[in-house]
Amino acid sequence: MRFYRWLLHLYPASLRIEYGDELASVFAARRAGASGVFGAAGTFFAALADVVPNAAAAHLDVLRQDLGYTARSLRRAPGFALTAVLVVALGVGANTAAFSVADFVLLRPLPFPHSDRLIKVWERTPGYGRMELSPPNYRDLKTAATTLSGFGAYSPGAANLVTAGEPRRVATAVVTHDLLSVVGVRPMMGRLFTPADTIASATIVISYDLWQTQLGGDGAAIGKRVDLDGRPYTVIGVMPSDFHFPSRDVAVWRTYHMAPEDAASRSNNDLAGVARLRDGVTLEQAQAELATIAARLEREYPQENEKTGTTVYRMSDELSDRTRLLIVALCGAALCTLLLACANLANLLLARAVGREREIAVRAALGAGRERLMRQLVTESLVLAAIGGTIGVVVAIMAVPAIARLVPSTLPIAQQPSVDLRVLAFAALSILVTGLAFGVFPAIRAGSPRALEALRDGARTLGGARQRVRSLLVMTEVMVSVALLISSGLLVRAMWRIQAVDPGFKTDGVLTLRTALPSPKYELVNARTQFYTRVLNDVRALPGVQSAAYTSFLPIAMGGGIWPVQIAGHEVIRDASNSASLRFVSPQFFATLRIPLLKGRDIAQTDDATQPFVAVVSQSFVKRYWPNEEPLGKRFQFGLHERTVVGVVGDIRVRGLEQASEPQVYVAPKQVGDSEVTFYSPKDLAIRSSLSAASLLPEIRRIVRAADPQQPISNVQSMEQIVVNETASRAAQLRVLGVLAAIALLLAGVGLHGLLSFTVSNRTREIGVRVALGAESSRIVRMVAREGVVLALGGLIPGVALAFWAGRAMQALLAGVKPNDPLTFAVAIALCGATVLFGCLRPAIRASRVDPAMALRAE
Amino acid sequence: MLPLPPATFHILMALTDEDRHGYAIIQDVEARTDGELRLSAGTLYRSIQRMLDQGLIVEARKRPAPALDDERRRYYSITSFGTSVARAEMRRLTQLVRLARARGLTPETT
Repeated sequence: MRFYRWLLHLYPASLRIEYGDELASVFAARRAGASGVFGAAGTFFAALADVVPNAAAAHLDVLRQDLGYTARSLRRAPGFALTAVLVVALGVGANTAAFSVADFVLLRPLPFPHSDRLIKVWERTPGYGRMELSPPNYRDLKTAATTLSGFGAYSPGAANLVTAGEPRRVATAVVTHDLLSVVGVRPMMGRLFTPADTIASATIVISYDLWQTQLGGDGAAIGKRVDLDGRPYTVIGVMPSDFHFPSRDVAVWRTYHMAPEDAASRSNNDLAGVARLRDGVTLEQAQAELATIAARLEREYPQENEKTGTTVYRMSDELSDRTRLLIVALCGAALCTLLLACANLANLLLARAVGREREIAVRAALGAGRERLMRQLVTESLVLAAIGGTIGVVVAIMAVPAIARLVPSTLPIAQQPSVDLRVLAFAALSILVTGLAFGVFPAIRAGSPRALEALRDGARTLGGARQRVRSLLVMTEVMVSVALLISSGLLVRAMWRIQAVDPGFKTDGVLTLRTALPSPKYELVNARTQFYTRVLNDVRALPGVQSAAYTSFLPIAMGGGIWPVQIAGHEVIRDASNSASLRFVSPQFFATLRIPLLKGRDIAQTDDATQPFVAVVSQSFVKRYWPNEEPLGKRFQFGLHERTVVGVVGDIRVRGLEQASEPQVYVAPKQVGDSEVTFYSPKDLAIRSSLSAASLLPEIRRIVRAADPQQPISNVQSMEQIVVNETASRAAQLRVLGVLAAIALLLAGVGLHGLLSFTVSNRTREIGVRVALGAESSRIVRMVAREGVVLALGGLIPGVALAFWAGRAMQALLAGVKPNDPLTFAVAIALCGATVLFGCLRPAIRASRVDPAMALRAE
Repeated sequence: MLPLPPATFHILMALTDEDRHGYAIIQDVEARTDGELRLSAGTLYRSIQRMLDQGLIVEARKRPAPALDDERRRYYSITSFGTSVARAEMRRLTQLVRLARARGLTPETT
């Protein structure tokens, strides 16, 4: 019998409560009629076969009824339905999109086995928190470390790949033979490197993409020969398609061979360390051990390793603080929007519940069971949530690509983020809970005996507590929208400030591209010079081209590339206060980027190895070393040679608009030894012209092909683009934040308007009496407006506090704008005030037009 | 409302002569059909719930003689609307059978 009672729970509660006893008595009669064990068992199975399909059918019946009722009641209140759906859609959409990106970048573990045990190891010197390891320091750290089960290193690079088609520039990484094993990913085909590969240095492992696009994607790729920078390599392995290391675009891995001259220099830092913690070892233990070893190395090599420590962190913490902050801020804003959406939905449902109290009470009085009423209200909330949620998902899917620009391409993760199911479920759940909570509670109350009394009285007194809840909700909405407005306002100001920064050069009309010359083909200065001279002469001869020049790296596109400065009589210090950015530039570089030449002369065609080595330095360089002295003719040791200052130019922002840069030193491309500092060999071509990139580019391709048919062209972009890209992630974040703030403001306005309208219609009688007693309409308006202003202030004050707190938390993003920037606060508060005014206006006017006779007769 | 589901029609028939409670309806249907149709409890009460909504039957106010009464049980009686619906269904079925006969169709295989 108990079994059957339990089985009855499959029925909808309304049916079970009504007929449970009857059903049970039928079952009891049946069982009494059955004899023997088989008879009893038969009764049980018959009951099971009866209850399951009938219960399902009964649920369907109820659902159909409720859906029909919901459709009717929503059609009767289209304004409510539309607003509720939109609110849910915005909340779910914004939140899902933001968290999809955050989850992808911040939360998800890296796609490597036991990725939580992977760490990165860098050197730390004063002024530089993360500097690559010098080869001997890497070797010594690796030999001495006992807390690590593996310690590899890599150095990112690029190479010219020549296959049958057009030559291609591909991103590569030079890796120690054990690096890929330390990361822990097996090749999809073939094998990884062994120590033997290091000696020959003629084998490569390639990415899945390269295998597909350049090697036909077949199994015969293993053992194939590929030309990189003019040297033949044998493919020994293909990595799986989701393997990206150290960054998204790397296509080829080569082995690192520590040449004797590399092993000798502790100041040539070019290896990034990747290690795996030994089992049972914590990050802190490894940090401590590596710090101890670094301290010993500093004692052993006091000059080269002066003040050199280590920076060690988990690989998953690689993300720059700035990017992390950008995404966290976005999530905060999205969470605010969800909160707003919930508050608004709650508000809507509460208002509706009050309006329907009588209807529900009437139905309860007519005998509709409470369970039945509740179930129906739940269905209604769920329908609203489902429609809104579906639209929200569509919004999210459209929004994710827009904010995907926040994901830096330097992470070892693959494709663009996609809408994540878990995130979606979370957002849907929060909406669901809100919908249920605020949809059902009114129903429970409505079904209670007290509500029936209220019905008898014809009173409208029910819901004083609810009114307070609604006021609180509106205040929350105002608070959140003020906070969002101010935060995005601060970020807008920061963006303006950054965009107003003068980079020190002019971007308009400058096209840039890269022809990275491979070694050993262009190892000799002469070979390079021939190529540069030929290309530059041909380009300059093009009609419409005003000037063209080669440089080691374009400003902003590459921020690093620094060298310590040595001046006779000065002590050599290896730190930020004594380094300068080193660039080899051809003549006309300053003219092409319109960097003002303040003194002396440009680098000249005649500055070659037979002449004294020269340098053009920036203003800040002069200020640092020879303040109040004539800089021209001064000598200093830089880039392996002694150089004489022949010119002074204006400073430029090498490291981007938001960061200060080291002083700059420009040297002549011919004044360098063969195969010396080839990392700095000129590769970026800048062209100032009046022509569009589209018409210029084919000509340049022709010129480069004529100079060397195997030389690829890459990184084609305008100088303008390079600068715009600098602020692209910021701009993307700002757009999203701006939209969220606008939505928030709108929602707050709608919420305020809804509440006041409701109050006014609830107080029609009271207002009618007041008017009948001679109150002027201006007083009535003031009365309503006062309520609005109180609500607004109740939200404004905590909102401003919240915004101030948020501003301090993201100070690093504000580019010097104060978190309490008065202008931003004033504008945001004014905007909010306007919204409040707008929200109050209609209810106030309606109140002032209350006809006392009508209002009193309505009772 | 027509055609009526068979269970509904049977329940209406069971209630034509007297008010019955649920199990009595099942027994009546079973007896009348020589055990061919045995309504399950679920089908019965789902039908009853719907028939109450539709106004075909009501819960009976009069209870049978106290000796026969079982406190727990609810008795149902057919409404006049229920009777006319049952009649309409009968007409529909008769009409259908007549049409079939007119075509020379007989239930027996000859």
